[in-house]
Amino acid sequence: MYKLSSKRIAIILAICLVGFLLAVPNFLPQGTKLPSWWKPISLGLDLQGGSNLLLEVKMDDVLKERMATIEDSVRQVLREHRIRYQNLTATDDSVRVKIENSNARSQAIGYFKKIENGLTVTVVDNDVVEIKYSEIAYNELQAKVVAQSIEIVRRRIDELGTKEPTIQRQGTDRIVVQLPGVQNPEEVKQLLGKTAKMSFHMVDERTSVADAKRGKLSSSSRVVSGAEGGQYVIVRKAAVDGAHLVDAGVSFQEGRPVVSFKFDTVGGRKFAEVTKEHVKEHLAIVLDNQVISAPEIQGAIVGGSGVITGNFSSETANELAMLLRSGALPAPLEVLEERTVGAGLGADSIREGLIASVIGLICVVVFMIAAYGLFGLFTTATVFINLFLTLGAMSAIGTTLTLPGIAGLILSIAMAVDANVLIFERMREEVKKGRSTRDAADAGFTEAWTTIIDSNLTTLVAAFVLFYFGTGPVRGFAVTLAIGIATSMFTSVTVVRVMVAAWIARYKPTKLPI
Amino acid sequence: MKIFNWVTKDTNIDFMKPRKFTYALSIVMVLLSCYWIFFTGFNYGIDFSGGILMEIKSETKIDAEQIRKDLSGLALDELTLQTLGDTGDEMLIRTQVDDATEENQRIAVAKIKEILGNGYEYRRVESVGPQVGDELKKAGITASLIAILAICLYIWFRFEWQFALGALIGLFHDVLITVGLLSFFKFDISLTTVAAILTLAGYSVNDTVVTYDRIRENLRKYKKMSQYDLINKSLNDIFSRTILTGLTTMFASAALFVFGGEALRSFSFTILWGVVIGTYSSIYISAVFLNVFDLRKTQEAQTKDINPFGNV
Repeated sequence: MYKLSSKRIAIILAICLVGFLLAVPNFLPQGTKLPSWWKPISLGLDLQGGSNLLLEVKMDDVLKERMATIEDSVRQVLREHRIRYQNLTATDDSVRVKIENSNARSQAIGYFKKIENGLTVTVVDNDVVEIKYSEIAYNELQAKVVAQSIEIVRRRIDELGTKEPTIQRQGTDRIVVQLPGVQNPEEVKQLLGKTAKMSFHMVDERTSVADAKRGKLSSSSRVVSGAEGGQYVIVRKAAVDGAHLVDAGVSFQEGRPVVSFKFDTVGGRKFAEVTKEHVKEHLAIVLDNQVISAPEIQGAIVGGSGVITGNFSSETANELAMLLRSGALPAPLEVLEERTVGAGLGADSIREGLIASVIGLICVVVFMIAAYGLFGLFTTATVFINLFLTLGAMSAIGTTLTLPGIAGLILSIAMAVDANVLIFERMREEVKKGRSTRDAADAGFTEAWTTIIDSNLTTLVAAFVLFYFGTGPVRGFAVTLAIGIATSMFTSVTVVRVMVAAWIARYKPTKLPI
Repeated sequence: MKIFNWVTKDTNIDFMKPRKFTYALSIVMVLLSCYWIFFTGFNYGIDFSGGILMEIKSETKIDAEQIRKDLSGLALDELTLQTLGDTGDEMLIRTQVDDATEENQRIAVAKIKEILGNGYEYRRVESVGPQVGDELKKAGITASLIAILAICLYIWFRFEWQFALGALIGLFHDVLITVGLLSFFKFDISLTTVAAILTLAGYSVNDTVVTYDRIRENLRKYKKMSQYDLINKSLNDIFSRTILTGLTTMFASAALFVFGGEALRSFSFTILWGVVIGTYSSIYISAVFLNVFDLRKTQEAQTKDINPFGNV
């Protein structure tokens, strides 16, 4: 008997209703106030316009810096314990030192292990000791550096006032920054391109640059170039570290912009001490390995705030103040990939996608009605229900609609018709065999079912693989295609069945119009 | 209401008859495609090759020569300018940076914008560094291999080996010829194109699965029918379905091809052509090919395997 239990019909209708309700926000005018769980599908940056940046956290630089610090510690430890050593060098990812005396060597290894947690100390080439980070320690360091970088990137982008930016980690050392509505990301890229590591160093007053170049440079000093040209010899160890900065802003001195800053309590105390001890000496303000300026200390600066003078325009002063406020990046960032779509192109893409979808839909629908008549009308109804269900599912899951996603949507609908075609064709055969209307209709659904599942599986496989390996727009395509296929299997089998059942019950036809 | 009676009419076409011709046709198409793939190569989009792509729009017609001259001071490689739109007020600029590092590319993008100035609307600016380009290439290849492998595995479990072989020949036939045409027409190969190729692979097998299901069903139903007639009958049984599904999918992809804009051109071409070749191959390659085997023997053997006490 061709009958569906009323419970089943109720469930089917309920699913359709939920799907419809979830899809509703997509058809409301923009800006309608809705609860957070009930919202339209978000558009990808390729449709709404905006900038997508893929950044890489340059761990190499962090590692190199760390190795330089470890090298210093090693030197200190060896001197402290009066161990004779040769060829102490820091490479990109290790520190090596030659210690000929084997007793001293094993003693030194013990000391080295205490320098920092997570160091592996091994002997290579008989008498050379190599210090490296263990893999676990390196991974921890990387995770920390990336997390910090994301935080700083977020602060800097917030400073720019970008609306609803998305900043996410990707893989182990990458950060994806999505900036809806941003048409010209040059400013963002420039800001993210600076680590803004700031520190205050005493200028080594006993060594001139010329002396240093002749090799008369103590190991505690180094030569740094100035932002405005020239070179300075400064003390390696920072007098006050920029990490103590809590605020920065722009003010004017004698009509020229300067950057004012404020230290936290610890920084303020240190700054006061340093300025008290070194009156009439020069204090170099170093940003990203360049001396911005090295003014003479006039007297002790208490209160923890001061100003940086330099050759600033009000723009560069603003930028520096902003960078100082948001903090230094633990590692340099590199833009690996940039994709910016203007709002104009986005709008054009939406329009073209819509036109293509509507025309495609009309073709499919007209063709189905022309080929199947009444049953074609049933298909038409399912096509629209399917469209709502897919949009509803996408809204609920929170997927992003991209341009290839629109293509996936329209394709999935065209392919979905296949299920109905399989069912109707089967019915036609059953009728030809002489079965009654109800039996034929029933058989159409039950016997076509396995083929429908079978034939959709391969497309689903392709969609899953694409989702796993694809990025951005392609993922959008894979998701839409997969959801479209899943909902279409539901609608074409269950919903059409309800319609056919209702039609048979109402009109009691003697012949299927197939 | 039914206008197209011809679609849902019973047919009696001898699909097997022109098989010598269709085999030859397919072999020629595959060989040509291989020639194009190996000797013409592909027009990789910046997804894979890395580089810079800009789409600019102006109030008036854009003078390509002027832009080429303006940009000649930069260390750019393979600068191609393509005018878009009917009025020529849009232009696609594609280029590579001489010493392609991420940093140099960033600088080049900024410089190009600086030289072109504010007179243009920057509709699209894409810059893919060499590192990401290589990774995307790898991801594209891995995705294709894994998807095809997964589909093969599915076919393998689903069918007896003769059918599996037929479906695989059909699959590779379709993918090869489509990829060959992409090379011949110099379509941009991007990640989206790869997505289209995999979708086509799914569709191609889908069509074959439906055909094979019917052949297997008929093998059980009509024990006495000759294999030649049986394959023909199966194909005729489902012919209206093949045409209907093929046409609806074609309508949708044709709408995308014509109205979907430049960005979806190679994607929709791949799907559109894929449906045509997929429909052709499921009939004339995958199904007709089965005739080289004695399918009944396999079925009997299988029945025996499944039910060893069948003769008791």
